[in-house]
Amino acid sequence: MADGRPSSGRHPLNAFDFSTTLGNAFFNTPVFTASGCASSGKELAQFFDLKDIGAVVTKSVMNKPRYGRPTPRMAETPSGMLNSIGLQGPGIDAFLAKDVPWLIEEKSRVIVSIAGETVEEYATLARKVRSVAGISALEVNISCPNVENRGLVFACDPDASRRVIDGVRRTIGGEIPIIAKLSPDVTNLVEIARGVVDSGADALALINTVLGMVINLDSMRPHLGGKTGGLSGPAIRPVAVRAIYQVHAALPNVPILGMGGVSSGRDALELVLAGASGVSVGTASFGNPSAVIQIQRELHDLLIAKGFPSLKSAIGYAHRVEEK
Amino acid sequence: MSQINRSAAQMNATILANKRVGQYHQIVFGIGDLVKSCRPGNFVAIKVGGDSSRMILRRAFAISRVAESVSFGGTMELIVAPHGTGSKWLCSQPEGAEIDIVAPLGTAFGIPTEPVKALLVGGGYGSAPLFGLAEVLKARGCKVDMLLGASTGAKIYAPMEGKRAVNSLKIYTEDGTMGETGRVTEPIKTLIGNREVDVIYSCGPMGMLSAISALTLGTDVVHQCAVEEAMACGIGICMTCVLPVMGEDGKVAMLRSCIDGPVMDGAQVQWQMVGQVPEGTP
Repeated sequence: MADGRPSSGRHPLNAFDFSTTLGNAFFNTPVFTASGCASSGKELAQFFDLKDIGAVVTKSVMNKPRYGRPTPRMAETPSGMLNSIGLQGPGIDAFLAKDVPWLIEEKSRVIVSIAGETVEEYATLARKVRSVAGISALEVNISCPNVENRGLVFACDPDASRRVIDGVRRTIGGEIPIIAKLSPDVTNLVEIARGVVDSGADALALINTVLGMVINLDSMRPHLGGKTGGLSGPAIRPVAVRAIYQVHAALPNVPILGMGGVSSGRDALELVLAGASGVSVGTASFGNPSAVIQIQRELHDLLIAKGFPSLKSAIGYAHRVEEK
Repeated sequence: MSQINRSAAQMNATILANKRVGQYHQIVFGIGDLVKSCRPGNFVAIKVGGDSSRMILRRAFAISRVAESVSFGGTMELIVAPHGTGSKWLCSQPEGAEIDIVAPLGTAFGIPTEPVKALLVGGGYGSAPLFGLAEVLKARGCKVDMLLGASTGAKIYAPMEGKRAVNSLKIYTEDGTMGETGRVTEPIKTLIGNREVDVIYSCGPMGMLSAISALTLGTDVVHQCAVEEAMACGIGICMTCVLPVMGEDGKVAMLRSCIDGPVMDGAQVQWQMVGQVPEGTP
């Protein structure tokens, strides 16, 4: 990687290439929101211009409107939080009719995240997304219970993961890239990653939240209404770095959208060095509404300070073989 | 541009005063021109614990009142109960400390255009935003009566200067250590029956808000309540602080208490369903 080595000299700002690609989708910058942590973008638009970040990844939407889980839905934990929202949302039809046009009008790049309870539901969602112009990529959130298989989470079942992606691929054709979002709660992440790539995923989103639980000492029962919840925030960042590193080592040509506890530019760079082509900022936005744009600025400056001529030259740099 | 929280801004605000008042802390921040956007009922989300903190989420506090003065510019006052790690940290901050705030957030109390008979009901330090509201209502020519309640006298927040803004103030404690013995909701039925109330504004624990909603059921009295539900973000992106609320279409929706609240129509909140979700699909 001759062009990938940091040089000691500084590059003029305008010469630095911050752009990235996920499959055939091009993004001016590599820092995105994370699904479920930006709703549909409107709420964050008060704090920064959505068109200035790489893309808005919208909250995973299902075919029908959904109430989600009962409260309490949240518990703060050391350097993290558990959530149990249960994919509350308006359903795909209302979402595509109202939320996507608004984002496109704001000149934001849009990655739509979908979630389903059956292989068929994912395919239906993909067909509906395909009918709307202006969407840059499709994130397929497979960390959902499969109602056709005793509620086993798709992402924890290599066969079910493949069938979901296969169904989406057949439905959506080759127009927009498919990003499969994987769970770290598996024994062999590389096997699952390889399976979904073989089934047609163009890119991978790593990682979803880590399953956890908090017991309330007053009630002496699980605190969350849904009992278990997804752990996010800085507490899980090392899990994300490990997952990205392992998958990038096994599948170096598959772009990874990295996420998990990123709350600064240095955190984002860590994920890029491990192999991420883009970085999503999730829980950090809860504590800091300007987090996405701040982290983007910090990552930009840090890459230049480290001597990289481009973002792309830093992707997976932690894997390089030392020259003797 | 977005229509959500369109006056909100993130800024570093300096603590101008921090003093203990009974079991609470009265903390005053310099927030400059942001006061012009703050309305009674709005809240502020505050980063706690400093930069190396393991607490990653902001803490939400009702804005007690805002003011503008020549010497301090715009100021915002909060009444904080040092209950958890985050609020204890905030209460321990000295004058001069710079605090990262996002404000003003959420809905505000609706102010009637005509002079009406308003009853303000506060539970514990839930009374804090009611004094600022009382001033606004008084300026509109409303009759403003206030009822404050708590389990014990030490938990009543009723500053001397606040009492000037109301026509009457009655205090209720469950243990009888201050004011009348009993619950703050007890006199409301009679007041409604005697047509002494047009609008009730309430702020306090869910049980109190729910009880007031039951008392206004089937009457013409409007009940605007400021709800309190655990929030991760305070700006509408996390979906954790939802409450079941009846919409105009007759369907129950899980609304975010941060952006569809904290001030909600008490008659529409489905209090009996808090902690549950409706059956079927919406």
